Amino acid sequence: MRQHLRIVRALMRRALNEILRVPAGAIPGVLAPTIFMLGLSSVFAAAARLRGYHADFRTFVVPVGFLQGAGFSGAATGVNLARDIEQGWFDRLLLAPAPRSVLLTGIVASASMRALLPATMLLTVALILGVHSPGIVGLLLAAGLVMTLAAAAACWGVTIALRFRTQQAAPLMQIGSFVAVLFTTAYAPHRLLSGWLQTVSDANPVTYVLEGVRQGFVGSVTWTHTWHAMLAATGVLAFFALFAVRGMRRTGAE
Amino acid sequence: MTRAVFALARRALRNTFRRPQFLTPLVAFPSLFLAVNVGGLHRTTSLPGFPVVHGFLDFQLAAAMTQSLLLGGVSSGIATALEIEGGFFDRLVASPIPRVAIVLGRLAATATLACLQVLWFLAIGLIFGAHIAAGLPGALLVVLIGAVAGTGFGAIGVMLALRARNASTVQGIFPLVFVVLFVSSAFFPRDLLASPVDAIARYNPLTYIADGMRDPIISSISATPVLEGLAAAAAVALVASTLSVVALRTRLREA
Repeated sequence: MRQHLRIVRALMRRALNEILRVPAGAIPGVLAPTIFMLGLSSVFAAAARLRGYHADFRTFVVPVGFLQGAGFSGAATGVNLARDIEQGWFDRLLLAPAPRSVLLTGIVASASMRALLPATMLLTVALILGVHSPGIVGLLLAAGLVMTLAAAAACWGVTIALRFRTQQAAPLMQIGSFVAVLFTTAYAPHRLLSGWLQTVSDANPVTYVLEGVRQGFVGSVTWTHTWHAMLAATGVLAFFALFAVRGMRRTGAE
Repeated sequence: MTRAVFALARRALRNTFRRPQFLTPLVAFPSLFLAVNVGGLHRTTSLPGFPVVHGFLDFQLAAAMTQSLLLGGVSSGIATALEIEGGFFDRLVASPIPRVAIVLGRLAATATLACLQVLWFLAIGLIFGAHIAAGLPGALLVVLIGAVAGTGFGAIGVMLALRARNASTVQGIFPLVFVVLFVSSAFFPRDLLASPVDAIARYNPLTYIADGMRDPIISSISATPVLEGLAAAAAVALVASTLSVVALRTRLREA
């Protein structure tokens, strides 16, 4: 067990080293959620004059940025894995005397840690601009949900990387989380959405994760929103982890 | 010259359609944004200061077109950079054709693609219940402004590719597409934008391009926004094309 933890930690450290060594590759993913938050809140600020928002538009969309950051981090992990596959590094990793589930855990855990970077950047800018602070409990909950969703997005990215084995599949990795995050109550409260989007957002588990992150920003943290969010995030992670584990098992077996 | 431009444009278009991974994002991302914006913010048409429109979809179509055309510009730049990285560009330079045809061929392909992108959004708009208030002449005007603007954005991409010479640098301007879009009135009426974006939008050519394409969709053709849109698109195309030809000459001089 201790050996396995060391391998996970080494893989996480390698992923984080990449951010320090090639910052140009990481900066767009770190900045993008903040740019989106600033852009959306400047353009659609007047939308919050409609009844039902219970907050200004900037506060309302900050949690969307958190989840976008999680999605970008997961996709980046998938793209990095595809690059490792293309360059042969992943094949060498598979020769290591470590269970594949441990290798997968290391790759996915690095995405969870990485997701905290855009979230921290976004939160800092948001608080400077006067967004309501969610408090310690709200922040810890948001961090946990963001990390879980990033792990789920990374599982999706890993599945795609193992299937196509090329960085050219990057748009497929990105579009999954993009759709999952935006087809929710991202821009407006549920009652203001058009009928079809209400139906889609009801069926989309990421809606519950988003509401879980958002609750501290627009009001107070409640148990109902919290357990819905935790259940949804865990469910999404379990679902995509199944595909990632299957992909890892099949790699090299064919 | 014309034959070379035509041949290079045809080659560029054929390559684009052969690689759907580059073509799909040009329409997929803006279409998804369009769906989310309309589904989430359709009630904003009732806000005081919002122009009279048949629906929010009608208003948002021009935003999706502008976004798609900007992505087309990035894609055009990446394609040029890949030709430089792969050595095809050097073979073109060595061939007996006017060198300016290399840039013009790429831009002709981008203009054709821009027409198709605008037609795509008009089609999905009509399918999902949008109205083009100015009818067929209005639709043709939208395509015209889109084609000119798309050529301009493509020229910016080509210029960046000629200067940077690698695809990853050109790819790096992708987030900038959203920044320049957010500081325009492409997504929301100028009067309802928050400060300081409302002030910046006044000087952003994208504001006039988007408003110019929007006008024939949401009302009968009004001379001022359409002419301003055409003028802004033509100015971007002229300046960017000139700069890309200058970048080509500089590159050839340095080679």
